[in-house]
Amino acid sequence: MSTNTPLLRVRDLRTQFHTDQGVALAVDGVSFDLKAGKTLALVGESGCGKSVTAMSILRLIPSPPGKIAGGTIEFEGRDLLGASDQDLRKVRGNDISMIFQEPMTSMNPVFRVGNQLTDVIRLHRGSSKADARREAIALLAQVGIPAPEERIDDYPHQMSGGMLQRIMIAMALSCQPKVLIADEPTTALDVTIQAQILELLKSLQVSKGLAILLITHDLGVVEEVSDEVAVMYAGKIIEYSARTSSLLETPRHPYTQGLYASLPSMQRGRTRLHTIPGSVPAATQFPSGCRFHPRCPHALPVCKETAPPWTPLENGSGVACWLHAEAKP
Amino acid sequence: MKAYLIRRLLLIVPALIGISAISFLAVQLAPGSPIYMVLLSGRGNGNEGADTQKIIEDTKRLYGLDKPVPVQYALWLGRLAHLDFGNSYKDQRPVREKILEALPVTLELNVLSILLIYLISIPIGVYSAVHRGNKIDNALTVLLFLLYSLPSFFAAMLLMLLFCGGEYFNWFPAFGLHSLEADSWSWGRYLLDHFWHLVLPVLCLTYGGLAGMSRYARAGMIETIRQDYVRTALAYGFPERTVIYKYAMRNSLIPIITLAGTLLPALIGGSIIIEQIFSIPGMGRLTFQAILARDYPVVMGTLTFSALLTLLGLVLTDVLYAMVDPRIKYE
Amino acid sequence: MNKKTNTEQGYWRLVWRQFRRNRLSVVGLLILGLLTLVAVAAPFLANDVPVYMVKGGKSYWFPNVISYQELEAANFYSTAMRWTPGEGEYALRPPIPFSPRNQMLLDNKRGPSAKHWLGTDDRGRSVAARIVWGSRISLSVGFIAEGISVLVGIFLGALAGYYGGRTDALIMRLIEVVMCFPAFFLILALVALLPPSIFTVMFALGLLGWPGIARLVRGEFLKLRESQFALAAKASGLGDARIIFRHLAPNAMAPVLVSATFGVAGAILTESALSFLGFGVPPPTASWGELLSQSQHLVGSGIWWLVVFPGLAIFATVTAFNLVGEGLRDAMDPRLRQ
Repeated sequence: MSTNTPLLRVRDLRTQFHTDQGVALAVDGVSFDLKAGKTLALVGESGCGKSVTAMSILRLIPSPPGKIAGGTIEFEGRDLLGASDQDLRKVRGNDISMIFQEPMTSMNPVFRVGNQLTDVIRLHRGSSKADARREAIALLAQVGIPAPEERIDDYPHQMSGGMLQRIMIAMALSCQPKVLIADEPTTALDVTIQAQILELLKSLQVSKGLAILLITHDLGVVEEVSDEVAVMYAGKIIEYSARTSSLLETPRHPYTQGLYASLPSMQRGRTRLHTIPGSVPAATQFPSGCRFHPRCPHALPVCKETAPPWTPLENGSGVACWLHAEAKP
Repeated sequence: MKAYLIRRLLLIVPALIGISAISFLAVQLAPGSPIYMVLLSGRGNGNEGADTQKIIEDTKRLYGLDKPVPVQYALWLGRLAHLDFGNSYKDQRPVREKILEALPVTLELNVLSILLIYLISIPIGVYSAVHRGNKIDNALTVLLFLLYSLPSFFAAMLLMLLFCGGEYFNWFPAFGLHSLEADSWSWGRYLLDHFWHLVLPVLCLTYGGLAGMSRYARAGMIETIRQDYVRTALAYGFPERTVIYKYAMRNSLIPIITLAGTLLPALIGGSIIIEQIFSIPGMGRLTFQAILARDYPVVMGTLTFSALLTLLGLVLTDVLYAMVDPRIKYE
Repeated sequence: MNKKTNTEQGYWRLVWRQFRRNRLSVVGLLILGLLTLVAVAAPFLANDVPVYMVKGGKSYWFPNVISYQELEAANFYSTAMRWTPGEGEYALRPPIPFSPRNQMLLDNKRGPSAKHWLGTDDRGRSVAARIVWGSRISLSVGFIAEGISVLVGIFLGALAGYYGGRTDALIMRLIEVVMCFPAFFLILALVALLPPSIFTVMFALGLLGWPGIARLVRGEFLKLRESQFALAAKASGLGDARIIFRHLAPNAMAPVLVSATFGVAGAILTESALSFLGFGVPPPTASWGELLSQSQHLVGSGIWWLVVFPGLAIFATVTAFNLVGEGLRDAMDPRLRQ
């Protein structure tokens, strides 16, 4: 397989929730590629649809009220949205695994962590109990759990958040997946633990050649680990860059600029943090035209009327903003 | 765990003293003196004058009623420590003996009911939770709600009217636990006959708790399905069936198990009426007849005994709780 | 102060709007309204004394609720059922022209007919009349017994939650002890041993029904105690009693109301169970449980109307209260409100 072929291809994904207030367009036409061995960061404020995008890939959207209304998701050329439940289960945890924001609530409190780990190994590989346990201990050692032979029999409540996130990572890696979806993996953790977990993810990616889809609201995290970055706002990707550093150096979209300016930074020596006025609109009542225009400091009259087209830039990057569009109506 | 169990059992003692005080007080408050019951039962024919006076004094002394109330209570409490509840006013038999005769009957009814309640309500609750909002779930919800509000004595009388001879069907026996001639039957037929007698009473004791428990089971499962760890299990490729019946089930059972403790007093209370209606010689009927006859030692005995049972049920619940939920550690 | 009552009104309006969405609960509320109407209007619905009558050239308005001296002198009230208006006389009788105490011994144990819509009991009394009048017993026992429970529960729960410490420990032990008893045993014993009257029933039910409410109020108070306005009230030097009952208690009322609604259903159920066992309201007062209990001795004779009609009355009332309670609980649950 050539390196140019993406491992995971998402095209025009639309995920909706049917609520009392109407249909929420949580994800509204999202497209991206995830390439082998690369990390793509999906960035945005909470409520912008990035987690829903991640959940949609493995079809984990609770239905009702959620529904994947359109688009395609292909993994190694196989259609995931149309796959049978049985085929999809073979992909889940095996080819594509996932780690979550809250390690404390993502592990079942009434089962030992080791059993939760070996269950996954046995499910996908059919190994014996003893083999699975040996493997699990090795995995725990790999993710940096001290005394794994003992900790394997702990219950989740006996461990710290950072420890549990390591165990989640061990579980995610247990079947040698090709893709890891990490949904805000460090948000719930202390700052020092955050750095350790990111370091672990980075080193594992190098040693295993993983493709990582990193969901985060934190540009600092993006800066540290990702190769490519896509910025989401109100259910759409509004800016994409094939090189994280170039996006962070020259953000094009006013939203990305605002997001970047709100990042606390030593180098820039700012004393006051910049904030973007207003908040993400509810997914049931997005504004017309460009969905960012009510909060945008550079909004043009056209922004209120028509949604901006996708404007490709160099190196496959792009932005959806009238300020950068070639032809303005 | 062992230390906890011992401490938990010791904690019963103050509660038990409170319980015995309440039951003793309740009986003391009563205006109708037991002496009149003795008089009525034939020893005095209501002759006015010295004879009656003497009989009253004798009876008082016999039952310790001539002593002040606190002394009476202390005496009773002392006897209680070795489960001696005194003798029945009515037939002079030890209360303990009467209770031990009636207890197995009531326990059989209630244990059967609790088993049935759990065996039926958990699948119903899980089914409804997994398929919530569909037609069967909606129908079940309404049906269970109606059952929940249906008075057991009304249900019992309806069932009796319909199925116990009389104008309609003669499918089930209306009285007791055995047919009259059952003693001469083989044990297989004896047992069958026994279960035949149990069908209606157990049904009446079960459906109310069943309705309540199913609702709890459904709510618990719905709550559990929403948890992050259920999503995790699905994300790792476990079939929905496995996720629900292996993982989520255990989590949702925890709160339901603790309800067993609250089920017991309700069932024991309910068995008064059901045992009375179906003439079953258990604790409920014993208590009821004792109350009718103002047979105070028996009333105090059954009250204290059933409270004790309830307390033990609560301890058992705590222990079960600790066994199914690793987060709970009793030190 | 003004602002507070405004937001309070807003809260209850919100609850009501949410409540109305649940159609079954609204049906329950309608049934309760109807039932209250029946209980209040019982003398106009089932009575042997006419609502309006002309007798001896004189017209009487509402002799069923107003005792006229001349009628009493003529011993009319005890023979009203047998009186047929003669020439120039007139009687407008209630839809059920029998009082719950009229014994028509020749008509006893009759099934439903045009004369006796719901049949008669073992003494020939009209079942319909007894059910209509029985609603008064059920509702008054339900409300008053639960009222006592709520008062005791709020009082003890507030003390435990507000003061904490030893007071709390003591009250919690008391709650545990009371909850350990199979409540029905104790209520039965109390009712059986105290002088038989409707007040004994209310009192016994009320005195044993409070632990649930007390625990609820205690929990709310533990939360409220730390709130800003409780601290503010304390800082402004108000007495404890005033803080507890004027400032904190009203904020704990929502869960109490839900619990009390279910409690009324429970009290009505227990009252009918007591009457069924012969320890409820003493005869000859009509109550639903008492009617049902008559059928106990008549099992096998197919007298279904003594089972079905009073049973349905209890069932419908309990269901209605439970429906309303359910609706209230859902309406007040912030998690369900969007």
